[in-house]
Amino acid sequence: MFRFRLDGSSGVPPYLQLVHQVRQSLLLGYLQEGDRLPTVKDVAGDLVINPNTVVKAYRQLEHEGLAGGRPGQGTFITATSSPALPEAQQALRVSLEEWLRSAEQAGLSDDEVTALIAVARHDLKKERV
Amino acid sequence: MAQDDAGGGATALRTDRLGRRYGRVWGLRDCTLDVPAGVVAGLVGPNGAGKTTLLEMIIGLLQPTEGQLSVFGETSHAPMAARLARVGYVAQDHPLYRDFSVADMFRLGRAMNPRWDQKLAQARTDALGIPLKRKVKSLSGGQRAQVSLTMALAKRAPLLVLDEPVSSLDPVARLEFMREVMAAVAGTGLTVLIASHVVSELERICDWLIVLADGHVQLAGPADDLIAAHRLVTVPRGTANAEFPGLIIHRTDSDRHSTVLVRTDPGRLAAPERPGWQAGPVGFEQLVMAYLQRSSKAPATNDPAQAAALPGPATKAVTR
Repeated sequence: MFRFRLDGSSGVPPYLQLVHQVRQSLLLGYLQEGDRLPTVKDVAGDLVINPNTVVKAYRQLEHEGLAGGRPGQGTFITATSSPALPEAQQALRVSLEEWLRSAEQAGLSDDEVTALIAVARHDLKKERV
Repeated sequence: MAQDDAGGGATALRTDRLGRRYGRVWGLRDCTLDVPAGVVAGLVGPNGAGKTTLLEMIIGLLQPTEGQLSVFGETSHAPMAARLARVGYVAQDHPLYRDFSVADMFRLGRAMNPRWDQKLAQARTDALGIPLKRKVKSLSGGQRAQVSLTMALAKRAPLLVLDEPVSSLDPVARLEFMREVMAAVAGTGLTVLIASHVVSELERICDWLIVLADGHVQLAGPADDLIAAHRLVTVPRGTANAEFPGLIIHRTDSDRHSTVLVRTDPGRLAAPERPGWQAGPVGFEQLVMAYLQRSSKAPATNDPAQAAALPGPATKAVTR
């Protein structure tokens, strides 16, 4: 059974963290069509969070077409995960890890790395316009 | 799901210009709230803010000096028994009779509450491994808190009021206590009002927020809406307050730039409005702390004229 986690210091609202985790797990293939998500009560007890937050996350997933509720059975993944070319993703990940390692050696903090990525992405978008 | 239909748009707690005076001093004034059924509402404020005054009026320990209060439709003028049947309460020090056994406490609960659910009480203590024969005085602090919570839940009241329920507990017992509260909410659609000093622990637990300070409501509403109605903006130092599209809640100035929390319409300040500005979302804890600091620095915020001018959904919640 899929298990959620919560990062209290991330600043990302808890319901969005749950949504992101499902999205990411779908992309990475950890979750597949037909998989059942844990019940609202189980997630609320497991993470010690407000059940309404879990309901909100599940609604958002339904809205995005990634999951659907089956009456009396729970919430199931309805989307097929179509990670854009697993090999390409794997190669990108290897080069990203290499890049992160050199950033660490250069003494960049996590925040600085995040800021650098945001700036680079921003500039790339500008180039395209 | 239980929590989907439990709300149904009903109001759990409504107060209208509620006030309580102690001699010449107002403990709480102009308190207007509309808390929907099915939410977990966090009540935050410094000592002396009026939290205990509000809670004691809700549970019937104090009579209001002015204004109205109703819990699931029962007003403070209804017979005490009818009102009290709607509220379960866990006090900070989890008061129980020391020489009673857990079974004795449950017997007392059954005698005093017409809707007492003995099955639920026993199932809960079984699941937690608390022996019914054990005397209260030989229970651990965490177990005592759990027995207090069980007493409040077995009463089958639709509103559960918790006054600093975990402040005396160790971290593991705190987590176990809140786990039980969250499970009860998931199972029954219970409405919870929880007063706490531990702002960092409230974010994952509350979907509704009430900030009290200086005897007045500073902020109230659905937590996500309140967060969406605020932006944290970094600007060059010297930017005038009048340049911001909204109300300034908190401002810190450093050598080169200022960080400003602005209350504005959701969607405004989504992107920087001017060169040199950076706008981002505000975190739950940051938001609460800004309002708490604001009230201690600027008591003028209690001016109703200014409060009425606040934009965003928070105003609606306060003035509705």
